[in-house]
Amino acid sequence: MNKGARGSLLDIEHLEAPEILKILRSARRMNPQRPRPLLRGKRVILLFYEPSTRTRSSFEVAAKSMGAMTVLVQSSGSSIEKGESLLDTGYTLRSVGADIIVIRHPLAGAPRLMAEHLDIPIVNAGDGMHEHPSQGLLDAYTILKHKKAFKGLHISIIGDIFHSRVARSSCHLLTKLGAKITLCGPPEFVPEVAATLATGLQVTRHIEEAARGADVLMLLRVQKERLAGMKLRLEDYIARYQMTMHRLKMAKRDAIVMHPGPIIRGLELTGEVADSPQSAIVEEVRNGVPTRMAILARAVGRA
Amino acid sequence: MARKMRALIRIVPERETRSYSSLRKVARAPKPRAESPKSKMPNNKSKPASLLIKGGHVIDPASKIDAPMDVLLRDGHVVEVTPPNKIRGSAEEKFDARGLIVAPGFIDLHVHLREPGQSYKETIASGTAAAAAGGFTSVCCMPNTSPVLDSQEWVNWVRQPERGAVVNVFPVAAATNGSKGAVLTDFRGLQRAGAVAVTDDGKPILDNDTMRECLRLSGELSFPVVQHAEDTRQTEGCPMNDGPTSFRLGLHGWKTSAESSIVDRDVQLAQRIPNSRLHVAHLSAADSLKAVRRGKRSRAHVTCEVTPHHFTLTDEAVGDYNTNCKMNPPLRSAADIESLIVALGDGTVDAIATDHAPHASHEKQVEFERAAFGITGLETALGLAITKLHRDHRLPLARIVELLTSGPARVFDLRGRGSLARGSFADVTIFDPKKRWTFDVSKSRSLSRNSPFDGWQLTGKAVATIVTGRIVHRDG
Repeated sequence: MNKGARGSLLDIEHLEAPEILKILRSARRMNPQRPRPLLRGKRVILLFYEPSTRTRSSFEVAAKSMGAMTVLVQSSGSSIEKGESLLDTGYTLRSVGADIIVIRHPLAGAPRLMAEHLDIPIVNAGDGMHEHPSQGLLDAYTILKHKKAFKGLHISIIGDIFHSRVARSSCHLLTKLGAKITLCGPPEFVPEVAATLATGLQVTRHIEEAARGADVLMLLRVQKERLAGMKLRLEDYIARYQMTMHRLKMAKRDAIVMHPGPIIRGLELTGEVADSPQSAIVEEVRNGVPTRMAILARAVGRA
Repeated sequence: MARKMRALIRIVPERETRSYSSLRKVARAPKPRAESPKSKMPNNKSKPASLLIKGGHVIDPASKIDAPMDVLLRDGHVVEVTPPNKIRGSAEEKFDARGLIVAPGFIDLHVHLREPGQSYKETIASGTAAAAAGGFTSVCCMPNTSPVLDSQEWVNWVRQPERGAVVNVFPVAAATNGSKGAVLTDFRGLQRAGAVAVTDDGKPILDNDTMRECLRLSGELSFPVVQHAEDTRQTEGCPMNDGPTSFRLGLHGWKTSAESSIVDRDVQLAQRIPNSRLHVAHLSAADSLKAVRRGKRSRAHVTCEVTPHHFTLTDEAVGDYNTNCKMNPPLRSAADIESLIVALGDGTVDAIATDHAPHASHEKQVEFERAAFGITGLETALGLAITKLHRDHRLPLARIVELLTSGPARVFDLRGRGSLARGSFADVTIFDPKKRWTFDVSKSRSLSRNSPFDGWQLTGKAVATIVTGRIVHRDG
């Protein structure tokens, strides 16, 4: 089966560790204030089938700062609304002259489908519950800014793992680089099968266990509707799984708190945790630009 | 090499080329129904009134024959089956079956021929051509067409010679009007029109009272009810089996309980309703086998079928969103496959059925969750059964033949089919159980190409397919 054009970034699962480190090193060399014109004359199409603030704007800033021209195509107000298939949209954008397509899609596997049929690099900006590789990479980039290496790091991911594409990308990425991962949440959010995602994943139902001795605490957004769907009372969830200052203190003293956003204060974390000096949440967003610069530069073979 | 040479010699060249080419034409032309062999006598040159199959090894589980035998077919029926060279009658045509297995014509209880209404996927003509290529002489077509086969008129339409069927077609009619699950169809009338069973396939008969009423009528009329066992309340938005692969791909998982809970309920109903006949379509989960076994032990008339893809592939085959591995029910785990293979061997399973489900490429080359469920299966069924069940798991060849012949014939009471007993219809499948070949989907007779087995090396292939005495497919 066609694996997609060189430079595509479809998921973390199929990336080897050296390739991941190469992207991270390239991201370190990127300076959003003084960008190199690596994408001059290139057309980057941002094909967004889902709303997005962070991912879309940082891909756009990354592309434009390196000299690319960007076009945003959204499902509303395009032929997608008229029932055009994903592949036909892809062929259309290719004919318009796209050099790279950055795609965000509510259905898992959509970027891969496109990559299998087009000869230009496809960058996955999040597909359903599958993966969000650029977020995984920027999280790794953020961790590297605080920690010397990944090997031996204790990283806990807490919250709704099941519905999270970020969690899937992070699990693949961090285990490939040698970190130890603990997944924490109720069975509906962290089913036992989650441990099969990558080697060396552990599952716990107790946030204290997840927090104790951790180097990194990655929190995930919890949607209230999903709690309602599984008959878990909101108060119970908060009591058992919210990240509080008390729980944060159980982690290593230099532990950092991360969250892909958007955060819901008072649900998966308290406001104090979000604003604490250990919080790297705002920094993550900032790191999105150099990481995505590296991803786009790689897509055109300039990284 | 030597085998190949013999295969070449086996075919009497001059005569074969003639009958083969004329066959191809006939295959497309309308022809009378195969059920009434007496009505269409040898005005057609390609159809000999008599055919002697010599030198083959006959496996006919219905007659408990597994030995070298010659078979004489005349006027659309089996006339004689005798030890080699003991046939008394003469024949206009001979078929040299040395080194080959001669079996009753294969019967597929579960195919989608897509007519009326979806002839861009398949037609009765193309689907039955694929069936013939796969060694099937009879196929039972599902009613989820457009419109649904819920009336005598449509059942008749499917059976009309104008459809150009190459093999026998037995329609399975809808159990409820439009397969909407509310109002029962006219079982008696549908049966009279030629339907062999009823089902709402593609959809389950969920409502307890509706299912109870279906089974009650099935008992009264001796008319099997085929259940597509899927509790759709549990499977909404689930495109594949629940397990490590669905988790990895970020897809909602389809639990086996969605199937086994319905099978369980249906068997309970069948046990309580006298003479009722329940047939479980495309059983995929180990858990469902428990209920089927319980039903059989209690002497309730409960039968089931398993597809080649469910005993061959696990859900891991979905890989990275391969939509040709998306089917309903979904591919299951390795543990399920093990249980299915045990059940295929021990008699719990009555038939191998393909669930041949052709779809156009534009229905498969889409996002996984949007892709249509189903794969084609008629041309790969025998090869997969022999490769996987016989070669890999040592199931006797005779058991595989049984699952393709007398087993399915019993499930739908197809009288005179699935057996080579004297007087049976002259439906014969001649196959080479050792032939190694590679399935090339681009050469499929089906109008569709949605098979996960493209490029697979298989062992075992139909060499000739004979329907009411007429060779409708010949390999090579």
